[in-house]
Amino acid sequence: MTTAVASYPSRWRAPSIFGSPSRRLAFWALVCAYLVWSLSTLNVDTARILAGLPRAWTILARMVPPDFGRWELLLTGMVESVQIAIAATIIGAVLSIPIGIAAAANLSPRPLYLLARAFIVTGRTFHEVIIAIFFVKLFGFGPVAGLLTLAFSSAIFLGKMLAEDIENMKPGPVEAIRATGASFGQTFFYAVVPQVLVKTLGVLIYRLDSNLRHSTVIGIVGAGGIGQTLSASFSRYDFDFASAILLTIAAMVAFGEWFSDWARRRLR
Amino acid sequence: MTAHQLPQGRTPKRSYPDHWERYSLRERIVQWVWLGGIAIAAAWSVSALDIEWAFFADAHEQAADLISRMWPPRWTYLPRIVQPLIETLHIATLGTMIAIVFALPVAFLAARNTTYNQATWLIGRAMLVLSRSINTVIWGLLFVAIFGPGPVAGICAVAARSVGFIAKLVAEAIEEVDAGQIEAVESTGASTLQVYGVAILPQILPVLIGTSIYRWDINVRESSVLGFVGAGGIGLLLYASINQFAWSQAIVILIAILGIVIISEALSAYVRSRIV
Repeated sequence: MTTAVASYPSRWRAPSIFGSPSRRLAFWALVCAYLVWSLSTLNVDTARILAGLPRAWTILARMVPPDFGRWELLLTGMVESVQIAIAATIIGAVLSIPIGIAAAANLSPRPLYLLARAFIVTGRTFHEVIIAIFFVKLFGFGPVAGLLTLAFSSAIFLGKMLAEDIENMKPGPVEAIRATGASFGQTFFYAVVPQVLVKTLGVLIYRLDSNLRHSTVIGIVGAGGIGQTLSASFSRYDFDFASAILLTIAAMVAFGEWFSDWARRRLR
Repeated sequence: MTAHQLPQGRTPKRSYPDHWERYSLRERIVQWVWLGGIAIAAAWSVSALDIEWAFFADAHEQAADLISRMWPPRWTYLPRIVQPLIETLHIATLGTMIAIVFALPVAFLAARNTTYNQATWLIGRAMLVLSRSINTVIWGLLFVAIFGPGPVAGICAVAARSVGFIAKLVAEAIEEVDAGQIEAVESTGASTLQVYGVAILPQILPVLIGTSIYRWDINVRESSVLGFVGAGGIGLLLYASINQFAWSQAIVILIAILGIVIISEALSAYVRSRIV
């Protein structure tokens, strides 16, 4: 009887996360090929970027210390952003109810459902800044355009979430209320609302927080809020004021996020 | 007389209502207070924005004007935007790739169970907050000031915003890993880096991949507007077309953006459903 020759490795290696060595090779080859392709097609101005590195240092140096001297301007822009966010969330929430009902497969007739879904998909595709351009064209420069932009995108977002919640609810209560001879409105208020309310409130608070974040950026195309102030300070190379604005935005967004987390935890 | 029968004597007074109500009086008052609070908040927000109501009067004319200028789309413009569209996708992809590389160490720093001490945890958290609270477009503004206009500023902007997003979700995953595997690898005498690589990384890999792909499809959407601040991609042409009132070109670009965003979203959803 002969003993089998030990063919197993004498050293243990962690199993590869790719499954097999050939797959790992293929993965990295693909990544390298993509990098070569993308970097060769992008027209990168290397000289300008190398010139940018010392510039980055200059800009950073001019950003410190942040200049809070014009705090009145900062406060006005910030309050405007907060107002835009709050009003847009409320208006969006009201508008989202019909959208949500229309886009729920179990409540609305088929043609209306398809129409509402198509509307949601199209609306969600475009970035807030693109939508803001259209509202600026329709309603002129200023916070109104920002308010309508965020209200529009909030209505679509909240409508989509509401539709999903309605589709996922238990059918039992709806049937029970319908069996009593309730009208559509009564069925909605007594069977649907109690089931989706808590989740919808959570989404609403989340959206308030994300509107706060978006309201800081739509000003770049002239739709009001702190973004307009920030964009102006960048184009005037007013970097110390810009860094003050950025820090204020970061602080406010962090606070908004903390508040939204806290409020949603309380809801559960 | 059995126990469950009511005691004889005078019949109890009817104290229950003869009409069914969903909410009690107290619940109703609380609801009205909430509604009133929301109404006041809405009124304050809208009134303080000093809205020019005159603009509302001719909005429908403006809309009609816009549509008449947009239609028909100038389809001959389509070949010109293919290259910028590819550039947009490159900005999103390269930005996400850079973000993944930076997000891993930040995630380990910001997770309570893998960070070195309280100070490093705070540094990690601060990086998350800073990265996440500044919008991609604002990051773009900053990087255009540094690197000049072009796709490099866009890639940096996408990466800067995505690091925080990916790292936050990965850090949460690290905090929830199975501690048994870490202990098992530690007991073999492995170094910290080996523990991270062998015990933690395989556990968080699905989250890392899923989050990155999800962020990639958000980034495609974001990079479509980075051109507005000069950070490359299709946004540059869209902004130029709008500024020249070339609305029939703008609509072609918008339809193209709609196409790539929907395709990337579907692709991302498909890949994520295969992985998770």
